[in-house]
Amino acid sequence: MSGVSNTLQIVNRNVKRNFRIPQLLIFSSIQPVVFLLLFNFVFGGAVGPESGGNYINFLLPGILAQTALFGAIQTGVGLAEDLNKGVVDRLRSLPIARYAVLAGRTIADSVRNVVVIAIMLAVGYLLGFRFQEGILYFLLAIGVIVLFAYAFSWVSATVGLLLRDSETVQVAGFLWVFPLVFASSVFVPVATMPSWLQVFANHQPVTEAVNAVRYLMQGMGSGDAVWHTLVWIAVLLTVFIPIAVWRYRKIQ
Amino acid sequence: MPDKITNDKLAINVQGVTKQFGTLKALDTVDLKARQSKVTGLLGPNGAGKSTLIKIMTTLLSPDDGRVMVDGVDVLADPSEARKRIGLAGQYAAVDDFLTGRETLYMVGRLYGMDSPQAKKRSQELLERLDLVDAADRQTKTYSGGMRRRLDLGASLVATPHVLFLDEPTTGLDPRTRLQLWDIIRDLVKQGVTILLTTQYLEEADALCDYIYVVDHGKMIVEGTAESLKSSLGQDVIELRVSDAQLARAKEVIEQRLKTEVEVDDLTQRLRVRTTSGTDDLLAVAAELKKAKLTAEELSVHRPSLDDVFLAVTGHSAKETK
Ligand SMILES: Nc1ncnc2c1ncn2[C@@H]1O[C@H](COP(=O)(O)OP(=O)(O)OP(=O)(O)O)[C@@H](O)[C@H]1O
Ligand SMILES: [Mg+2]
Repeated sequence: MSGVSNTLQIVNRNVKRNFRIPQLLIFSSIQPVVFLLLFNFVFGGAVGPESGGNYINFLLPGILAQTALFGAIQTGVGLAEDLNKGVVDRLRSLPIARYAVLAGRTIADSVRNVVVIAIMLAVGYLLGFRFQEGILYFLLAIGVIVLFAYAFSWVSATVGLLLRDSETVQVAGFLWVFPLVFASSVFVPVATMPSWLQVFANHQPVTEAVNAVRYLMQGMGSGDAVWHTLVWIAVLLTVFIPIAVWRYRKIQ
Repeated sequence: MPDKITNDKLAINVQGVTKQFGTLKALDTVDLKARQSKVTGLLGPNGAGKSTLIKIMTTLLSPDDGRVMVDGVDVLADPSEARKRIGLAGQYAAVDDFLTGRETLYMVGRLYGMDSPQAKKRSQELLERLDLVDAADRQTKTYSGGMRRRLDLGASLVATPHVLFLDEPTTGLDPRTRLQLWDIIRDLVKQGVTILLTTQYLEEADALCDYIYVVDHGKMIVEGTAESLKSSLGQDVIELRVSDAQLARAKEVIEQRLKTEVEVDDLTQRLRVRTTSGTDDLLAVAAELKKAKLTAEELSVHRPSLDDVFLAVTGHSAKETK
């Protein structure tokens, strides 16, 4: 019980951090909107026809997944910052649950994600985005993307605890996030890629998540993507929560 | 060494602690004892191992070898229990820029398991005590260095710890703010808190600590009260400058009066006398010079510096240590 209460306090602290530091707020909200506008107007004409004529309906689910991943990088960066500033030491000297610091940060980053997703949907709406499959599937899609982001927050937390220097974590973040985002169905249909790349692109979690959201919001593709995504989320959480907690315990 | 600590009423008992980082021995079979409701000082230059020892005593780091008891709890065997009894203000005031002072203390209170009204009440008490009421609802990024230190100290006091660890609590503070912190520390001791603090300044250890350990290169070099350290490690130095014409005469007069050798620094034309009772001798020298109709252009007494202490016990200067 006290572990839950500890975690809520840390969530509160990190939510304040995410919303009170102007750079963080701008990075996490404006940047995805810029991406959305850029990709919509730059790629819209070229890829439009292959995506079924309405590129924004195709693009928005992809940009949501991209936002989730870029946002996840910040989990590791923030953790590394707290380590270097001695905040983590202060917290470790208190009689609190060992997982509270990590759980508190990943959950707070999910709160931020919900807000950013809402902004993206609003901008998407202005660009012509409409969901086609009813409110229930729409909410389910949002749930999938938030969980997906949450799983990657733990991957990022692990990276942050391993590398421990916030700038290194930031750079490393792009290294592992870029291939996942771009070699996926986020911007272009996978069928347009060389066949060797399709093997990776078709099965990696980002493609599955994007396809799941497209299925739930637009009725595109197959519903299998939804449970594939849930399996990916479960696998990532099962693997990375223990690794991150183990690294956290080993902090010296 | 006089007044060695006995085992009764020990708040901290560290025995044979060793910690190695790669090839560097940060701590080498270190022993340390601290009496209840006293201030114990850990004095040493940069890289001596002070913070490493603090981290070990506060459960943040595990040693390669040794035993650590704090407030009757075996820190290595039961770190969770130890955390309930200690407070720590680390070397770098770890307060969040984006929280207000009040929010910082409130959060720590809640993390210690207080309910919301309790945590609010305790935050207010500490803000008053640490003179932070006016700034309480401002984000700490607007705080001065001294205010951050005070807030950080406040955070370590939220749960009224039995043993308080302060890692260089006054480094980087101006003299007035430093004195303010000293007062707070003395106040805590009066209320029965045991304090272990680290410092690089001998005068700080002198002013605050009942017992001092000197550490260098991971080894405890010497321990004792401030008085015993000063008399055994270093002496006061009286320094004076006279005109060239009076130099030889002044040297003669002082040597006669104090019955000790006077050194002449050829470079700066200063006379230097080592003594164990600096102030008394300073007055004596002044009187003697006056009687002989000599004029000192400068006359001062220096307490032994940490550097003098180090030079005496390690044979190397503290400033060379890296
Ligand atoms: N995590 C670490 N990894 C490797 N070496 C370390 C680590 N922590 C400390 N050291 C080394 O151990 C030695 C003792 O460091 P420590 O921080 O305890 O010194 P200190 O007495 O607190 O110095 P200062 O006055 O500069 O704070 C130093 O040489 C330092 O470089
Ligand atoms: Mg230190």
